[in-house]
Amino acid sequence: MTLGLMAGLLFTPLAWAVLTLLVDFRKGRVVTWLGMAVQMLVSLGLWAVVASDGGFLYLLGGWQAPLGIELRVDGLAVTFVLLTAVVAAACGWHASIYLDPDKAWHRYFWPLFWFLWAGLNAVWLGGDLFNLYVGLELISLAAVGLVALGGQADALRAAIRYLMAALLGSLAYLLGVALIYGQFGTLSLAGVTALLNSAEVPAGLSFALVLMLLGLALKTALFPMHGWLPPAHGIAKSPVSALLSALVVKASFYIAARLWLDLGGHLGSYALAQLIGALGGIAVIWGSWLAFRQVKLKQVVAYSSVAQIGYLFLLFPLTWGVSDAISLQAQQGITLQVISHALAKAAMFLSAGNLIMSVGSNRVDALAGVSRFLPFSLFSFGLAGVSLMGLPPTGGFAAKWLLLQASLASGQWWWLGVLLAGGLLSAAYVFRVYQASFIDDTDIDHFFHPSRSLEVIPMILALLSLGLGLMAEPVLSVMSLPFEAGRGQ
Amino acid sequence: MTLSTLMPVFALLTSLLASVVIFALPERGYRLRTVINLAAAGLKIVLVGVMIWGVAQGREYEFAFNMVPSAEFVLRADALSMLFAGLSALLWLLTTIYAVGYLEDSPNRSRFFGFFSLCVASTMGIALAGNLFTFFLFYEMLTLSTYPLVVHRGTPKALRAGRNYLVYTLTGGAVLLLAIAWLHGLVGDLRFQEGGHFAGVDPSLHGPLTIIFVLLITGLGVKAALVPLHGWLPQAMVAPAPVSALLHAVAVVKAGAFGIIRVVFEVYGLEAAEAMGLLTGLALVAAFTIIYGSTRALYQIDLKRRLAFSTISQVAYIVLGLCLFGPLGVTGGLVHLVHQGIMKITLFFCAGNYAETLGVHRIDELDGAGKRMPGTSVAFTLGAFGMIGAPPLAGFITKWTMGSGALAVGMDWVVAVLVLSSLLNAAYFLPIVHRLWFAEQHQAWPHERRWGRLETSAWLLWPPLITAVLMVLAGILANVPFSPLSWVELIVAREAAL
Amino acid sequence: MTPSLLYAFAGVALCSIGLFGFVRIRHLLRKLMAFNLIGSGVFLLMVGLAQRGGQPDPVPQALVLTGIVVAIAATALAVVLIRRYYHLSGQTTLAEPRAKRAKPPAPTANREGSPE
Repeated sequence: MTLGLMAGLLFTPLAWAVLTLLVDFRKGRVVTWLGMAVQMLVSLGLWAVVASDGGFLYLLGGWQAPLGIELRVDGLAVTFVLLTAVVAAACGWHASIYLDPDKAWHRYFWPLFWFLWAGLNAVWLGGDLFNLYVGLELISLAAVGLVALGGQADALRAAIRYLMAALLGSLAYLLGVALIYGQFGTLSLAGVTALLNSAEVPAGLSFALVLMLLGLALKTALFPMHGWLPPAHGIAKSPVSALLSALVVKASFYIAARLWLDLGGHLGSYALAQLIGALGGIAVIWGSWLAFRQVKLKQVVAYSSVAQIGYLFLLFPLTWGVSDAISLQAQQGITLQVISHALAKAAMFLSAGNLIMSVGSNRVDALAGVSRFLPFSLFSFGLAGVSLMGLPPTGGFAAKWLLLQASLASGQWWWLGVLLAGGLLSAAYVFRVYQASFIDDTDIDHFFHPSRSLEVIPMILALLSLGLGLMAEPVLSVMSLPFEAGRGQ
Repeated sequence: MTLSTLMPVFALLTSLLASVVIFALPERGYRLRTVINLAAAGLKIVLVGVMIWGVAQGREYEFAFNMVPSAEFVLRADALSMLFAGLSALLWLLTTIYAVGYLEDSPNRSRFFGFFSLCVASTMGIALAGNLFTFFLFYEMLTLSTYPLVVHRGTPKALRAGRNYLVYTLTGGAVLLLAIAWLHGLVGDLRFQEGGHFAGVDPSLHGPLTIIFVLLITGLGVKAALVPLHGWLPQAMVAPAPVSALLHAVAVVKAGAFGIIRVVFEVYGLEAAEAMGLLTGLALVAAFTIIYGSTRALYQIDLKRRLAFSTISQVAYIVLGLCLFGPLGVTGGLVHLVHQGIMKITLFFCAGNYAETLGVHRIDELDGAGKRMPGTSVAFTLGAFGMIGAPPLAGFITKWTMGSGALAVGMDWVVAVLVLSSLLNAAYFLPIVHRLWFAEQHQAWPHERRWGRLETSAWLLWPPLITAVLMVLAGILANVPFSPLSWVELIVAREAAL
Repeated sequence: MTPSLLYAFAGVALCSIGLFGFVRIRHLLRKLMAFNLIGSGVFLLMVGLAQRGGQPDPVPQALVLTGIVVAIAATALAVVLIRRYYHLSGQTTLAEPRAKRAKPPAPTANREGSPE
């Protein structure tokens, strides 16, 4: 059973990537629907297995590390696998209606989409540093391809910029991996942690960790390395933007978080933790402010991603040198933030796509009167915005609540300001969009009406993000002990 | 999951589901929407009525589950929550009837009624919340669901008011969240409990608890429009009349006041708050707000703006009542929660009627309106006299109880504030009454509409008449069981018993 | 000073030169070559550092092989994108075209008004 599930999980995306490469957009669409259904079922099945029996270690093809690929299937990993399945299926479904099938190059959406999915699963499950690198590269290359799918010069410029940043980030990470391997002779994250616990830590090895974190932060678009993100996410097709913001940046963050929680205790320092946290804090404030200033709707959403990513990096100070209970609280808060942001941001980009499609302009002030014609999409946008603001009862609020508690308990009260001000600033940019849509003195009354399914998809995602707040406790309990669970079973 | 567990959930769901259904209905589904609205409002009154009866018998209605690790979602019906829930259930029905008439033929009605129901659901949640965490949940939901109502007209003025409203309330919400999170970190998850939690608290906690108290009151004071946090309220007058009525009588302003009551009574406890010296400051702020609001109301020429400043002043009565350390004063404050609601909603309904029927917005255009619209004007006059505190109307009960309470504990200055405020109330309400009945109409109505035989549409006329009657009854029958006053006496007895 | 350490130092030197180029050079193709230079440096470092008691370790060799494949794939993608970009815009750098913005919106700028 478990073997079948694992095989299905890893095999489907790669097989479908090859399959869809061979057919045109319309056929690829049908093939993809089938694949998404399979992937959804497999992810759910795996999640249920881990939820009932706990995590396990899976050796691909029976090969042992270091040459074989070792997969760590724990509560957190399967939760992210499931999250990926939900968000990717929603984006894929949206894209199958949203993208124009008559543009020849759109057929490449499907193979890229499936490669991206394969890479994401590889990162969530990866147990050793090098395979994480390969997964990251697979994600980056597929994501860059998806951004370039727009075809015009601006899209290409954004894609190239994104590619350059991603490549540099990967190399910094790989360099750190080389240093670690040179020291320990193993690539397994669990192995390195075990060796660190048993032996003296050589001076200078912190440099390896800093290098890896630097590379990953660049790929996650942490301030001040966020310059590549808004153009890429803003110009891509809406379903692509949704995928990128919801999942792709989370992959590199996920690796950074695992590195920090496993190695940070030995190789990190208070100063490093606070520095990363401070950069995250600045990202929250500055990103939100820039989002507020943007003229174009999708740029607003893209800069909001920069801000929301900033919250994630509060994980670093809130887990370093604090008691296990506080650390757990912070980890749970960040995990909720990752999930709720993924759902809410995907919902936001997809509904922004609908709104743009409807009014025929990507400017915020062109939305005047749209509240009368497209209330459903606007409502999804607002609901997702509520989650981003961290207002109850959304997942964003549950995350913020846990982070507030962790900051208070660890005595790092300075993060309170970031958490509260960030919420207010996000309210400012979300309501700016809302306000524009409420203006009623427009003469335009020929709005294009997107099909009903296009409107339903972001609504589902937004409702999930809302429900996460109410269901946070059960979801967190399935993740059991985040980042640490199920090792060595 | 017994029925008594689920009662509070059902009470919440009636308006929540109504809102979802209304959003899903097409704009043209006028009749169906009205039916759903009224059915949901009626059902809610029944549910709340059953719970009021149960609570009076000493029954418990509680629903709880863990939402986030260490923080619970609690819905609970106790005597205090029933005071607010009863008020909002009753006034929701009347306001819905009024809104149906008021918004006839205007655009975006589906959106309006959807958010309207959501707003009432939030109010119900605020009433039933069993701890600060749950309270905050609905408090913020209220902010979000009232914004679309405030900016409903979509004019630049409305949008500006809406932005101002958000700046105030969301900032207040952030301060409140900080305070609640801090309190939670300090002493854990605290359910609301009659008599409060901090009766014999460790003196080393007094410092942080005082700061938290100030933060809590600041966060709640924004919605309760305590000076100097009142700036949003007069501007929010651009909203349609039923929204203003609801905002002032039940939803937003009262949510803030109700939160302050919860914090003082059931988190800190009256005695502990007094022992920490927290109430004197609050009393001064409230007293200042009463005088300030009344004084500003004198200078307003726009009818709704005058009523808005009057609200600022009147809601502070509730807060002032809490600070009168004694059962009588507290009774006066609590009962004003209901009385002010009924009186103020009457006045706003009437103001809406003048605007909708005659096109009159300014006070100096009201000359002679009593002859043209006698029903509305009678209701308005009763409301005005109630506000001034003329016996035997509801407002008199409040002022009388509060005044005796203040004298009983030796806070004589409060009586001076009450007298001064009543004089000011008379000074800004009596001229309006005079214009209505005794001045001659000297110009044509700015924008008159006619509805057959009646002075205005029946949908618009009945709600103010009903609330006016309620107001008179609340005054005359104050000692009958289940009148607001007797219910409040029940609450105070329960608070004091513990 | 063993030969393997020499490789490692050479790797570090390559990395630094590459990084310098990557940051300073604006021409996209040359930037790409700088990237490849960093990549080679990292691979050299990886092979060089991982020596266990004088015995070459086979694992990094295998990994570096994988790494090279990834780098080639990335380079190929970058070349395709850069070429297409050059065809569309006539530019070899990422600088935002200033002149275009000064002009009033020509018919091509109608993209603003089309669904993305």
